[in-house]
Amino acid sequence: MLRFLTRRVLGAVVIILAISFITYLLFFVLPTDPAQLACGKNCSNKVLVAQIHHRMGLDLPVYQQYWDYMRGIFVGRHMPDGQNCAAPCFGFSFANDQPIWPLISDRYPTTLSLAVGGSAAFLIIGVGLGMLSAWQQGKSFDRVASSISLIGNSVQIYFIGPLAIALFADNLGWFDHGHDPTWSSDPVGSLNGLVLPCLVMSVIFWSNYSRQTRSLMVEQLSEDHIRTARAKGMSSKYVFYRYALRGAAASIITIFGIDLGSVLGGAIITEATFGLHGLGTLAVNAVYQLDLPLEMAVMLISATAIVVFNIVVDACYALIDPRIRLA
Amino acid sequence: MTSPSQAATNADSLTPEPAAGSGGPDAKGTPALAGRTPRQLAWLRFKRDRVGIICAIVVVFFILVAAAAPLISALYGKNAYDLYGQDDGLLNSYGLPIAPNGGISGQHWFGIEPQLGRDVFMLLVYGIRTSLLIALAVTVLAVGVGVLFGLTQGYLGGRTDYFMGRFSDFMLSFPQQLFFIAFSPVAISLFVGVGDPESWWVRPLVLIGVQFLLGWMSIGRLVRAQVLSLREREFVEAARISGASSWRIIRKELLPNIWSTILVQSTLMLPVFVTAEAGLSFLGVGILPPTPDWGLMFQTGATFYKSDITFMFFPGIAMVIFVVAFNLLGDSVRDALDPKTLR
Repeated sequence: MLRFLTRRVLGAVVIILAISFITYLLFFVLPTDPAQLACGKNCSNKVLVAQIHHRMGLDLPVYQQYWDYMRGIFVGRHMPDGQNCAAPCFGFSFANDQPIWPLISDRYPTTLSLAVGGSAAFLIIGVGLGMLSAWQQGKSFDRVASSISLIGNSVQIYFIGPLAIALFADNLGWFDHGHDPTWSSDPVGSLNGLVLPCLVMSVIFWSNYSRQTRSLMVEQLSEDHIRTARAKGMSSKYVFYRYALRGAAASIITIFGIDLGSVLGGAIITEATFGLHGLGTLAVNAVYQLDLPLEMAVMLISATAIVVFNIVVDACYALIDPRIRLA
Repeated sequence: MTSPSQAATNADSLTPEPAAGSGGPDAKGTPALAGRTPRQLAWLRFKRDRVGIICAIVVVFFILVAAAAPLISALYGKNAYDLYGQDDGLLNSYGLPIAPNGGISGQHWFGIEPQLGRDVFMLLVYGIRTSLLIALAVTVLAVGVGVLFGLTQGYLGGRTDYFMGRFSDFMLSFPQQLFFIAFSPVAISLFVGVGDPESWWVRPLVLIGVQFLLGWMSIGRLVRAQVLSLREREFVEAARISGASSWRIIRKELLPNIWSTILVQSTLMLPVFVTAEAGLSFLGVGILPPTPDWGLMFQTGATFYKSDITFMFFPGIAMVIFVVAFNLLGDSVRDALDPKTLR
């Protein structure tokens, strides 16, 4: 297990380094002069641009710039103009010259809790429905569930989100909507505000999971070892949970690992739909202001988060399926 | 041991491509003994699938609507840019349609847009056109490159396969949605200088490019997996022994066999790209108003859902129908092409 994890972590570090380098190239080397962007839309003063160049360290060679940037994240950094940037340093925003880390640390709990809550919701609902469908295979419940899954697979968060707000929050008053308390000031209120977004976000995912779970369970239930277990006299319930579910769980976890990126995408759309202040809205606003350092930081942190969660998912996978560990 | 010439004919009979044209007359003969090409068999199976036919009709309908948008506009007598609501006094002082149900009337079939007062029917028709064209371009590009990549990777194998595989893994590890959002301004700044006005073609081009960049890997992997197993089959070996060039083997032996995968995947990918494009426009980083776009309609809808929820339903239900039809069509095409798969 330890060897498996070490190998995965090393691979992940390589991936993160590659992503960070490519993103750095894309954001700071390829496009038109970042200094020009930092200077503003109507900036034609050559001297000023050159000054910004120096201040941002853009007059250094690329590898030096990248090294400074990455070092800054771990140990902090003194910008060439003497500005001090504390430990997790992602540079300074183009838009308002503020350091970037506080902006992000303020926003990421919303996105994280959306992603985690949404995932929990769709895993529970999706896998649950899929299991019930497999149990009731061919009966009317199975058919109803599969048609619901088909529709659920085809709706969009930005369509059902407003409808859900109108119905459950405004009309029935089951959920709070409209105020978005921060994590630190009002944890209970913020949790309550996240219930509806998580449920809405889960809709587009659980349909897929219920379909997959159903077919995996049906496949598992037709395996020889299941028949043997039944023939030995084990109860069908025991076989269903202990044997079939365990066999299906490994594949479900794999699918979940592949979906992590989409979960982040779903969280971003959900934030925009519900007007929550998370990383997604931060990134969208940064686009309007052409705030490259902020974009870069959001990209890097999200990519890292996905890679890290992927390791966690892989570890779960290895726990369930010993063949993976030993391979 | 088969002689090279036998093996070559054997290989030909396994590939549907060359025989497809000449198989026509045979099919009309006695039904019991008719020789049918795989393509005809697939078509026969597809014709029997009622859901598949209905979905195909719906899909064709959407494509026709998108293609014939100017014609529909001429027949309907309105366009997607005129502010009918403001000009004809159909909006109240809050910018909402005065008539009930979002201003649906004989004049404006789907009502009028809040605030600007454009015709919703025309907005939807042209919005579908924009979104569908962009998604179509992305699909064609992604499928083309993905298939080429997968073919090369699977056919060459060995170290090339390994490095190309790592490259596509690497591309897959980018968070897609966020990459689209974050990278689009950078891509736009490649075309548009700071402070210059943006030409109309920049946004669609950037949307196509950015989505394509992270869109080709899934089909590439599928094609690679198929080619890997096909490459070891006897008919490919036979073709190689009889001196066929790599290009000929790829074109005549491999491509015809992965054709069904390509077709099914393209049908399943297109709606994904449509919704992704709409999502970006919804977020405000895709197509910009006043260009009509499917995703922008959701943006307007989300702004006004409290006071005019009717508006939301037209793009929303249209999109649900569109995606359901495409997904079911993809399943039907798969069933028709490959009778072995059981759902």
